[in-house]
Amino acid sequence: MHYLFIAIALYAFWLLLSGHYVALLLALGGLSVLIVVFFLLRMDRVDGEPSTLRPSLKFFRYIGWLLWQVVLSNIALARRVWDPALPIRPTWGKLDTKLPLPLEKALYANSITLTPGTLTTDVRDDHLMIHCLSPEELEELRKGEMERRIKDIGV
Amino acid sequence: MSSIISHLIEWVSGFFLLAGGFLCISGGVGLLRMPDFFSRIHASGMTETLAAPMLLCGLMLQMEWSLDLVKVLMILIFILATNPTATHSMAKAALHGGLRPLVKEPGDDEKGEVSSKT
Repeated sequence: MHYLFIAIALYAFWLLLSGHYVALLLALGGLSVLIVVFFLLRMDRVDGEPSTLRPSLKFFRYIGWLLWQVVLSNIALARRVWDPALPIRPTWGKLDTKLPLPLEKALYANSITLTPGTLTTDVRDDHLMIHCLSPEELEELRKGEMERRIKDIGV
Repeated sequence: MSSIISHLIEWVSGFFLLAGGFLCISGGVGLLRMPDFFSRIHASGMTETLAAPMLLCGLMLQMEWSLDLVKVLMILIFILATNPTATHSMAKAALHGGLRPLVKEPGDDEKGEVSSKT
């Protein structure tokens, strides 16, 4: 069932990108979808825990919030770059996280990296290593608003 | 009425393109001014996370309703989805290769800022 859904989604995606609706090309597209799903089946056997992120309303709300944060931190960073004094104080430190699931942790690390000014350099079981342009940004992350919002998605 | 809307779209599109271009330049300037590899990554992040999406949004507003519009939207999503992965692996590779981030402790100098002199 899970794989059927993936196959349909992949085929819809292929149709969207190709824009050709000739029988031969449609068949070739179907064939490549089948091959991809076959590979996926084999890989999931190795991986052991196929986890997917269900696109829910909460997830899209989080994405919206994240994009707004990206805009805000871009403006802040652009201001610093153009400031003649270059007011930066690079910091590299530990950020504790209590998110249990690998998927949540991956989302957290990616969100941190996507926001300019903060960068995840390592992901461990109970903490992330963060490089950022000023200690204030690390403090902001330690307050845990982003972590709470990711928890709220409820993967 | 429709000409007002098309004018509005034209202006919004122009704003997006200008802002995106400005952010691209900021990213380049940041790349030159930042003191070490890791802080340069932050500067280059500006061009990927906001400048490129803004340019693509500006282009999308100028396009007709067609399959190409969806493709540009896809490019936008892929840029946003792959950028953190690429950035993270770059930083991790640098750390693995023995490069350590330049870190300024609060007591290092009075202003607590990294000087931009090379």
